[in-house]
Amino acid sequence: MKKKKNKPSAAAVNGHLVSRPIQRWFPLFMLPTFLAFCIGFIWPFIQGIWLSFCEFTIPQDAQFVGLKNYIKAFQDTGFRYSFVYTAGFAVVSIIAINVLAFTVAYLLTQNIKGANIFRTVFFMPNLIGGIVLGYIWSMIFDGILKKYGTFLLADTKYGFWGLVILMCWQQIGYMMIIYIAGLQSIPEDMMEAAKIDGASKWQTLWKITIPNVMSSITICVFLTLTNSFKLFDQNLALTGGAPVAFQSDGSMINTTEMLALNIYSTFYAGSSNRGFAQAKAVLFFILVAVLALAQLRFTRDKEVQQ
Amino acid sequence: MKKKVLALLLSAVCVMSLAVGCGSSSDKDADAEGSVYYLNFKPESDAAWQKLAKQYTEETGVEVKVVTAASGEYESTLTTEMAKSSAPTLFQCGNQAALDTWGDYCLDLSDTEVYKEMTTDDFNLKGENGEVYAVGYCYEAYGLITNKALLKQAGYEVSDIKDFESLKTVVEDITARKDELGFSAFTSAGLDGSSSWRFSGHLANLPLFYEFRDDGVTEQPAEVTGAYLDNFKAIWDLYINNATCAANEIATKTGDEAEAEFGQGKAVFFQNGTWEYSNLVTDEEKGFLMNAEDITMIPIYCGVEGEEESGLSCGTENCWAVNSKASEADIKATLDFMKWVVTSEEGTTMMAEQFGPIPFKSAKESENVFFTAANNYIADGKYVVTWAFNYTPNVEDWRAPVVSALLQYSANGGSWDDVKTAYVNGWATQYKAQ
Repeated sequence: MKKKKNKPSAAAVNGHLVSRPIQRWFPLFMLPTFLAFCIGFIWPFIQGIWLSFCEFTIPQDAQFVGLKNYIKAFQDTGFRYSFVYTAGFAVVSIIAINVLAFTVAYLLTQNIKGANIFRTVFFMPNLIGGIVLGYIWSMIFDGILKKYGTFLLADTKYGFWGLVILMCWQQIGYMMIIYIAGLQSIPEDMMEAAKIDGASKWQTLWKITIPNVMSSITICVFLTLTNSFKLFDQNLALTGGAPVAFQSDGSMINTTEMLALNIYSTFYAGSSNRGFAQAKAVLFFILVAVLALAQLRFTRDKEVQQ
Repeated sequence: MKKKVLALLLSAVCVMSLAVGCGSSSDKDADAEGSVYYLNFKPESDAAWQKLAKQYTEETGVEVKVVTAASGEYESTLTTEMAKSSAPTLFQCGNQAALDTWGDYCLDLSDTEVYKEMTTDDFNLKGENGEVYAVGYCYEAYGLITNKALLKQAGYEVSDIKDFESLKTVVEDITARKDELGFSAFTSAGLDGSSSWRFSGHLANLPLFYEFRDDGVTEQPAEVTGAYLDNFKAIWDLYINNATCAANEIATKTGDEAEAEFGQGKAVFFQNGTWEYSNLVTDEEKGFLMNAEDITMIPIYCGVEGEEESGLSCGTENCWAVNSKASEADIKATLDFMKWVVTSEEGTTMMAEQFGPIPFKSAKESENVFFTAANNYIADGKYVVTWAFNYTPNVEDWRAPVVSALLQYSANGGSWDDVKTAYVNGWATQYKAQ
């Protein structure tokens, strides 16, 4: 590739007359955003961690109690169950959403008539809020299950697969857009070379297409992973955690309750539980952060530099 | 140099943001006038409160702000609002769980004028040493709302129903002649969230009430025995087997559906409370324009010995508490406002319209026939089934498993033992967890 050697003129956007003052004064321009970031994110975050070591009704009156909340969180069967349940849901939904989104994206980049209309239609579910979706789908599922003399809250597996279907329906369109962008950026000459070398369609897909859209796959898997773990509205509106399972020791577990919902319901279960819920929330944050970073590193290694 | 300036600037911002966070603890404006901030919890009465607040401000010049939390969001709204520097000065604290959470924020009202206006102590929430932490500003009654006209059509009178056995006879006769009569005995016992509280809260109060009465319980117990759960099962079975819909359809039936079934004359009995009156009789919003003479309310019978002497179930979760951490001026303004609400012409009129007869000396008469029924039972010397469920620990967390188990039992071939587990073990678990 030919490299441009000619210097930009001093007054151009990247010329020194313009860029110097920007370099010098950028802290000033960043200040409002940074301030907002501190007030809206950093401060509440630090306060949140502090509160996880406290018992409180409202944050101003927090009483320090040490590690009690964390010990309680690790002993809580409901919390452990919701972790396993969330992990299971994440695995299933990551696979389902990404495979389906990639397939749809692949089909819609094959010069089908009306591809743009299809893209718009598939993207639409994303525009509906989670609570609304949850209620609508609970009606749909109940309507279908009624035919078989049962209902959504009758069994944990209905709630689980119901949520998977709901999330697929909502997220496939969004992931599809990212995959389409990835697919369209694959250099034509590579495909052509593969064709000339006599690669089958299947080989092209595995050896050329997928390695080339690895960056899209990274983004999509990352998004679906964190989305699945942080899922709340849809969970709340679809089943709200029901049905309940009774343990031999008398405790009860909401069998379709995911982590975020578990934290939420703990928080409002009496004032002695607020710090407890806060501790769960901190653990939840660490978990999501670790997972996301690990996943990012893992897929980065597989990306192809074009 | 540049880096140093940048670092300095950024750390300055950090410190500033910390200062912003901490700064809120300082005292707010020492406004001598004081103002009222009422966090209301009944969306249906929001408009009436707003109007009343405006009238009060016009009369006295004291600012009254009324905010209403979205349905079912009171606890979370209160938590958020209380953490603000201008926190509510008047809020709802209606049951034991709320008192456990918010007791530290409740002013002792025993020396206030508004408390001295009260006619009864029955609906107030008290602390260990007799402090009055919350005053019940209205009360409600629930039971079986009965369509007398339909009952007559089936050949019965309200007086024919005296206990569980006679109720059962009437109900099962109606079910047997359902097609001929064109209506059912009960409305759907929906277990959708909009309706399930009628059973996990109100119906489940019966076994709680009788158990507590036997055991002489006067404060929140750590455990319940479920001694009267068989009675609960008896009345529940009667509900689901004689309703407008099959038992396996109740999962998705809503409160509105049950109300409509009753309003449109498709069922004789509808378990609900005094607050349904305006919906059934007037033409407001979804009103059904029923004849006030055609409807009344009878006690829910469940086969407990001596229950023919029982009246309606009266109680309240509508209790006012005054924020003890508000400024003195605000507390005074709030107490003045409360007194005005329960003594002035405008206030008592609004309260009678919205909440029925209120337990204050200057209360106005209410035209709500359900309250008339409740008072008649009391006048006849019947005992009041009090709201034992106000002792429930972690209300929502106790109720949800009960509903879930009821649903499994009724519609999915589940065992009644699970209801028992949810009811008995759930209580102990939630008591420990609260």
